[in-house]
Amino acid sequence: MDWVNAVVQGVMLGGLYALLACGLSLTFGVMRIINLAHGDIAILGAYLVWTVVDHTAMSPFLAALLALPVMLVLGYALQILLLERSLRAGPLVPLLTTFGLAIVIQNLLLQVFSPDVQSLGGNAGVITTASWQITDQLSIPGLGVLILAVAIVTLGVLQLFLSRTRLGREMRATAQDPDMAGLVGINARDVYARATAIAVATAGLAGLFLAIRSTFDPSSGPTQLIFAFEAVVIGGFGSLWGTLVGGIVLGVAQAIGEQINPQYSILAGHLVILVVLATGRGSLLVARGARA
Amino acid sequence: MTGRAMRDPQARYRVQRWTALSYTSTAGAVALITALIFVPAVLGTTITQQLTSLLILVILAVMWNALAGYGGLISVGQQAYIGLGAYGAIYLNQQGVPPYLAMVLAALAAGVIALPVSLLVLRLRGGQFAIGTWVVAEVFALLVVLDQSLGGGTGISLTTLDVYSPSDRQAYTYWLTLGCTVLLLAAVFFLLRSRLGASLRAIRDDEDAAASVGVPVMRAKRVLFVLAACGCGAAGALTLANTLFIETQSVFGVQWSAYMIFIVLVGGLGTFEGPILGAIAFYLIQNQFADYGAWYLVGQGATAIAFALFLPRGLWGTVEGRFHLSLLPVGYRLRPAAAEFPPIQGQVKDPAGARHG
Amino acid sequence: MSLLAVESLDARHGLLQAVREVSLSLQEGETVALVGANGAGKTTLLRTIAGAHRPAAGRLIFDGTDITAIPAHRRVRLGIALVPEGRRLFPGLTVEENLLTAGGRGRPGLWTVNRVLEAFPLLAPLRQQRAATLSGGQQQAAAIGRALMSNPRLLLLDEVSLGLAPIVVDSVYASLRLLIENGATILLVEQDLARAMGVAARILCMLEGRIVLEGAARELTRERITAAYFGLSRAADPASS
Repeated sequence: MDWVNAVVQGVMLGGLYALLACGLSLTFGVMRIINLAHGDIAILGAYLVWTVVDHTAMSPFLAALLALPVMLVLGYALQILLLERSLRAGPLVPLLTTFGLAIVIQNLLLQVFSPDVQSLGGNAGVITTASWQITDQLSIPGLGVLILAVAIVTLGVLQLFLSRTRLGREMRATAQDPDMAGLVGINARDVYARATAIAVATAGLAGLFLAIRSTFDPSSGPTQLIFAFEAVVIGGFGSLWGTLVGGIVLGVAQAIGEQINPQYSILAGHLVILVVLATGRGSLLVARGARA
Repeated sequence: MTGRAMRDPQARYRVQRWTALSYTSTAGAVALITALIFVPAVLGTTITQQLTSLLILVILAVMWNALAGYGGLISVGQQAYIGLGAYGAIYLNQQGVPPYLAMVLAALAAGVIALPVSLLVLRLRGGQFAIGTWVVAEVFALLVVLDQSLGGGTGISLTTLDVYSPSDRQAYTYWLTLGCTVLLLAAVFFLLRSRLGASLRAIRDDEDAAASVGVPVMRAKRVLFVLAACGCGAAGALTLANTLFIETQSVFGVQWSAYMIFIVLVGGLGTFEGPILGAIAFYLIQNQFADYGAWYLVGQGATAIAFALFLPRGLWGTVEGRFHLSLLPVGYRLRPAAAEFPPIQGQVKDPAGARHG
Repeated sequence: MSLLAVESLDARHGLLQAVREVSLSLQEGETVALVGANGAGKTTLLRTIAGAHRPAAGRLIFDGTDITAIPAHRRVRLGIALVPEGRRLFPGLTVEENLLTAGGRGRPGLWTVNRVLEAFPLLAPLRQQRAATLSGGQQQAAAIGRALMSNPRLLLLDEVSLGLAPIVVDSVYASLRLLIENGATILLVEQDLARAMGVAARILCMLEGRIVLEGAARELTRERITAAYFGLSRAADPASS
């Protein structure tokens, strides 16, 4: 029954990964950019919330309500100041600049905050420890359910935004043909900025839950980036719901790996990715356009 | 009519690879390398160690530039092979191989391991390739941590080097490093001048177009990938000898990629001389500012961004472009055949105004 | 005052000079056809007028305003719409969604999704279908409909007959005639000389980036246009180019 427990844990973890990954998927789907600073942006969000909590002792969830608008603005600025210029400079330049940005963010965080490991688990209240006891061996953690629910709702809202609203429609059109989008009156620059703003905000949300669920420090970013990337690889670039599937598969793989040997958990996730890439889905990733 | 024109009456241009400047520079480079051999005897252990560190950076920069500048492959996972080289040397040494031989073999082993990896990651392009290489590096790091005999996560040293006195050890390490640097530079140099080098240029300009005219794209990329792995493996093994103690966090860490990107962007992506100059600049800056800790790294990241956006050709690339300089003969020029035209001083631009090379 | 005035326009396409010192003007309500061989610069000219391409030199004046520096998406608001070569509908969006993308950002006016579907009845059953699954003729109708959704004052059409069966082209041109009768100003690029002469009041012929012939459709003969098209007139009579 430990295995069932492990799978359940994995599914819950998958919710967090999906939340982390949807911003990465959106940025790639709309702009064909893989933001190598995405993980560090999530950690930045975690530190933002942590700072508010540290100064005001309010619940992290309330603090997040304050932090989210800040993240939206930061995302908009990121696009206008950095990503837009990087895109214009060449197709591979965004990789270099976002990598540089990752280094900058990590070390700024290191400078402003200490390298000490932090957590918001203690501030989040009863939800961190609540759980439903289903059977003797199987208990479902309340926090895990919350994160999974938030992930599903976020993905759902994003999907609705893309398919039902005018701005979402324009985003899909721009993703498919930015040149033509301009010719029907869509300002591609604004579309990209909105997409990045959304991506950064969701990353911040993921950072919040990461902080509550476990610990974080200035150097946690790259690991989150890799998890997010792996979730997108498994689920398929350009599909939002695929990100959820990918996140869950990754989470379950890690949980099962941990059951075998605690040291194997992250490795298990990596191996799943390598298998996915090896079995030829890798070429699918390259060929697949953005359906977002 | 001269003999040449008679052999090929259509020849109105000939291809020239060596110019006066490149003869001079090459001679100068040979002289420099010869002089460098005597450093341990003349300049003492401290300087020798510093030069060793610098040369390791040169190796890494040249390898990363080969991948990104010539192959268009932006890798943020070369630390995989740095770590493999270092830990490979430890492992081989534990099996009884003498330390310096173990380092050479470990570098070669890194290249061998890169071959199956390339089958996986070279299918990817752009950002996916980048993160793919990073994942591979993480996997290698995790596998090493799992092996207790390699020190687990806490680190290990190459104790068998203790048979040498510190100054001897430093000298041997230095000479091995110098040898590797020269070898790898020569490898890249001849690669660029070869047919494969022309293929790489074609791939860099337009991969699909190159493939459609029969350029062996995958093979060219694979050669670069394996060569870069060997070079980075060598750098890792040499770092082990230079610093004696390694641990997974530092030798498999992504900061290596940060250094390589910074050095090559500042020096000049896609040029031969750029990475060398960038490594020197980086080393000097590192020594000056390392005390500032995290702020130094912030500056490093910001500088990389600035160069990527505003000075994409790097310092040397901009100089090269402005003055049409090239110290080493990796390019070529078209010159009119002597029979029909009088000798022309300086270089002749081709009709499109671009310099080949 | 003309609706569109192009003054000494130069445009490059990569290293190639695609448009050389082109000047032309369009009056409101006119239909002008631009003909010429492949590579003559017609598409580049149209794209430059629409704002998708930046000119190297010259000016574009639309309804008295200098629009040379104005980006494409703002020109749509001013009343310029392009139906590009190859249709280029947004493949993942439905027909209705494709229409709506242009409807939100254009000028206020009479064209709505329903009116477009009335004008192009073949599209009505395809409303919710993804654009990538449409046939060439259906795509062409949808592309024109999409351009109309922004209620343009100037409609630019690039090779609407390309790759379509003649009977389909007939229906496309029938809808064009309807638009013309209702007073639209149209600049169209057309390879098929007969069609061009049948629908346009004025013909411009381009060769290697320049306009080499200009005149009323009534007055020009096929022979003269063909000669200009292939550059035959240049050798015979340099004064005519």
